[in-house]
Amino acid sequence: MLAKRIIPCLDVRDGRVVKGTRFINLRDAGDPVERAAFYNREGADEIVFLDITASVEKRRAIIDVVEKTAEVVFIPLTVGGGIDSVDFMQELLNSGADKVSLNTAVLKDPALIQAGAERFGSQCIVVAIDARRSEQTAAGGESAWEVYSHGGRPPTGRDAVEWAREAEKLGAGEILLTSMDADGTLDGYDNALLSAVAGAVSIPVIASGGAGKLEHLYEALTDGKAHAVLAASILHYGTYSIAEIKEYLSQKGLPVRPVKN
Amino acid sequence: MSSLVIIDSECANLSSIYKAVKYVNLEPVISDDSKTIASARAIIFPGVGSFAHAASLISRKKLTESLLKAIAANIPFLGICLGMQLLFTRSEEAMLGDSSEPAEGLSAIPGEAKRFPAGLPVPHVGWNRVTPDCEDPLFRGLEQGSNGGTYFYFTHSYYVHPLNQAHILGSTDYGFRFTSAVKKENLYGVQFHPEKSGPAGLRLLSNFGKIIADKRD
Repeated sequence: MLAKRIIPCLDVRDGRVVKGTRFINLRDAGDPVERAAFYNREGADEIVFLDITASVEKRRAIIDVVEKTAEVVFIPLTVGGGIDSVDFMQELLNSGADKVSLNTAVLKDPALIQAGAERFGSQCIVVAIDARRSEQTAAGGESAWEVYSHGGRPPTGRDAVEWAREAEKLGAGEILLTSMDADGTLDGYDNALLSAVAGAVSIPVIASGGAGKLEHLYEALTDGKAHAVLAASILHYGTYSIAEIKEYLSQKGLPVRPVKN
Repeated sequence: MSSLVIIDSECANLSSIYKAVKYVNLEPVISDDSKTIASARAIIFPGVGSFAHAASLISRKKLTESLLKAIAANIPFLGICLGMQLLFTRSEEAMLGDSSEPAEGLSAIPGEAKRFPAGLPVPHVGWNRVTPDCEDPLFRGLEQGSNGGTYFYFTHSYYVHPLNQAHILGSTDYGFRFTSAVKKENLYGVQFHPEKSGPAGLRLLSNFGKIIADKRD
């Protein structure tokens, strides 16, 4: 049986790990290569680097981080943040990334999903969606969520469920779904958003934003129907170890890859 | 005598495989040169992407003959993911493209790659257990048969269906059991990615290194 994945997410700015709350108030949380190697030893199933470097000139820093990480970490590495061309995807994959996570650029130009999938295969293409609960409701009066671009600033007018469907059609291999309402709050994932998206696509959905307690991870993987959970704060600040998370999920009956495989 | 050759199939995970193989103290070279391939002591054949694209790349680079020669010479050979699927006769995937002609594989192992049945999330992405069907040096230290096998990392939409049961080395449960490792003499194929499967994957690559060393002695 396919195991539920636990994925530490490292927000990287200018080559350092940072973590904020609701996309602001960034705090320093260490060296990305060391953190990735640490989580690998702890039994993480994948690592995600999200490059939030503001300036294009400092882009080189993330390539460097990926290269150094891939020398010592032999689990899947995903890199996201500011990826706006097939050439940049190629550069990251050549450096040792296994997947690229696309967000703002594909909202502007959805064909980039297809271009990436055709060149590298769908297994390399993750589409990241940042969504916030909308005032509007979907047909039938159900909840709706709007997609935001540029790390959460401008709303796009797109519906999150519709956008996930379109991304899948264009060749995305996975959806990384962040609830902006929940992100950094430690109050739990937005399971209604997760299950709405997971129910609309057949590709795996990775839950992101809001993990504070072990129950939250379990709920995202059951109520939220997510295939994997992304976690940042609870891991970076040592609230729980990956071993504790996996033991908890395993006791609750979910399949996980044991830390000592 | 040339060393361990990783075939340059221009796939996205080439550098990952190179780094992992180096990490377990093997000395690989990446090459698409037919002479280098023909004189290789062992071969790793990686691949991701689409079957038709990879098949046309092999024929464009004129690698078919040297790969078949290496297989015929019975040197240790490890196909990974699409690199394993290409060892088979054909794939259902190849029929989905613009071409009406189904692309053919190397036909080193009789059988074909099939798409996962409808209803299962596809691609099959993540960590799943591989249960070896028999004892084999490739899975030395990784058997754990009693508790259902060892976890490896997968990402694929097609799986192989060997015509001959004897070629099945291991299988995995994804709603049904599919073949996740194959063997025919010194020719091995794995559907998962040992280079991305943490300690278990490194162990498998190191086991492959031992197979190479034993073969030379």
